[in-house]
Amino acid sequence: MREDQSAVVLEVTGLKMYFPVTKGLLRRKIGDVKAVDDVSFQLRRGETLGLVGESGCGKTTVGRCVLRLYKPTEGKTVFEGQDISTLREGRIRPLRRRMALIFQDPYGSLDPRQSAGSIVGEPLVVHRMAKNRADYHERLERLFRVVGLDPSMMGRVPHEFSGGQRQRIGIARALACDPSLVICDEPISALDVSIQAQIINLLEELQERIGGLAYLFIAHDLAVVQHISNRVAVMYLGHIVEVSSSDELYDNPLHPYTKALLASVPVADPVVEQKREHTVLKGEVPSAMNPPSGCPFNMRCEYAMSECRQSVPPLREVSPGHQVACILVAGTGAQEDETDGGQ
Amino acid sequence: MAELLRVKDLKTEFRTDAGVVRAVDGVSYCLDEKEIVALVGESGCGKSVSQLSVMQLIPTPPGKIVGGEVLFEGEDLLKYPAKGRKMRAIRGGKIAMVFQEPMTSLNPVLTIGRQITEMLELHLGMKRRAARDRAIELLRTVGIPSADKRLDNYPHHFSGGMRQRVMIAIALSCNPRILIADEPTTALDVTTQAQLLELMMQVVDRFGATLVLVTHNLGIVARYAQRIYVMYAGRIIESGSVMDLFSSPQHPYTKGLLASVPRLDQRRKGREQKLVPIPGLPPNLVGMPATCAFLPRCTCSLEKCREAPWPQLESVDRGHQVACYAASGGGAA
Repeated sequence: MREDQSAVVLEVTGLKMYFPVTKGLLRRKIGDVKAVDDVSFQLRRGETLGLVGESGCGKTTVGRCVLRLYKPTEGKTVFEGQDISTLREGRIRPLRRRMALIFQDPYGSLDPRQSAGSIVGEPLVVHRMAKNRADYHERLERLFRVVGLDPSMMGRVPHEFSGGQRQRIGIARALACDPSLVICDEPISALDVSIQAQIINLLEELQERIGGLAYLFIAHDLAVVQHISNRVAVMYLGHIVEVSSSDELYDNPLHPYTKALLASVPVADPVVEQKREHTVLKGEVPSAMNPPSGCPFNMRCEYAMSECRQSVPPLREVSPGHQVACILVAGTGAQEDETDGGQ
Repeated sequence: MAELLRVKDLKTEFRTDAGVVRAVDGVSYCLDEKEIVALVGESGCGKSVSQLSVMQLIPTPPGKIVGGEVLFEGEDLLKYPAKGRKMRAIRGGKIAMVFQEPMTSLNPVLTIGRQITEMLELHLGMKRRAARDRAIELLRTVGIPSADKRLDNYPHHFSGGMRQRVMIAIALSCNPRILIADEPTTALDVTTQAQLLELMMQVVDRFGATLVLVTHNLGIVARYAQRIYVMYAGRIIESGSVMDLFSSPQHPYTKGLLASVPRLDQRRKGREQKLVPIPGLPPNLVGMPATCAFLPRCTCSLEKCREAPWPQLESVDRGHQVACYAASGGGAA
């Protein structure tokens, strides 16, 4: 697929992010919200890893921990060979140049009083990337062109742009300092349907143009994630329950939650829909403050057995590149799944 | 099936500082009994405003229904004053609505029991005790566990999905003939969305009501609806049975929408296979030209499109109508 597949940009091991819950005047700690609970994954150069799950599953928190916007409770985050989970704040800043974030809300994430040019140029100033004034302007113009904006619009303020254009400004800002990792947190969910495809294609073009750029693509839209990602990780209640290549995950989902998730997304084709079974997942996502013991999904899983309530199943490789955290999925892969996965 | 509601040439305008916005600009459609109809379009295309106009829930000023008819049970609803007794009896009684935001459309300071019994007392003249029993029954119908206890809870005690169930219970409380669901699941997660839509189909079927699904999600339309109206810039640009419209879309906008959304059931043939976006931006509804509003984004426009006024809906097939010169001329299809 790509040349330098071996080079790992980001390696996250055993990441945990607990937010304390306090009560009363003395702010006594009464528990933790286990937003992310033991998450591990790798991201290679030039790769797009999709992170999907429902709201509250911890996918955004993972992104923020990677950027060290939150200091994780536990776990190791190695970015370009350097462990950043324990670095002091001052030491992280130069590394942030190499990793950027694209936000969900193109309305709230841009300073309404700053011009588009100065929004995109700010990272260049902060990280002292431009040699001189002329270089700064040249870089700015190039960034505008790369994301499909006319450099003559630099002087305008955000409200003069449409939602799609604003998202392009956000992307230009993210790319300003030549990052090797961009975390895209729901970059298209606030946009109109006809604009979403434009932004998806732009993100892909940029990746092709900028060699080695890796995306951590966080989204809840499974069809979009399938389209853009090389690999996909499914999260549920702070845990990754399944990881595999994109095609494999959608063709052969193994975890009962992944199956249920895929079944609940309607396909825009009435002929296909007529043939599909409309299985509906029962119940709601339990609270992350008081998660069930054992497998996080056991309360809603139709195949759950008593073993499922005893310990958290580890993520195991069941076929090359396909990992799943479910004790009911047999080691050799798809075959046995037919019987105990219960079609 | 018998016709239940017919909207003719509905026009709703909003006066803004920038000028007059024709949010709904001559929309005509009909609903049959016990039918599931989808109204599809992007934000700002007038799909919600058209439904609020039918219910006469347009804030005036700045908005105003400036023309058209809404024929329901032999009467034109637009002849009734918006705040009059007759319209109030229809609104929530015979035609009910479920809104997008389950967080803001319930009253936070009333128990949900009170919000349901209020409907029953006002519309059906039920006594308090009887209304309460009926409310419990309704909550059970929409799948809320221990309904008799939850009746005394406030909206903030419920999750988003549960609140939307409560909204459905309120909407169904007076056995409406028509249920209008305006983006009922947009704010919810996919598994909750599936739960709610399945529930809605069940209850609509049980109550024998017609469902109008206002949505931008083509997957939901394909899964649940029988007929579809596609709106763009305040007008209906294509309509037909869901089967016809998805298998042979005629309007370039409909085609564009279907091509621009990635599909869960299709794998990419390599990274070279890209999505085909619709170029350009949705139109600004202030100071619209007389020509087709989709013209600036259209890839198959004809000479005629630049000169003639916005095309009217014309039949291309039985029950399949499209407003496009290129399509009805047999050109681009």
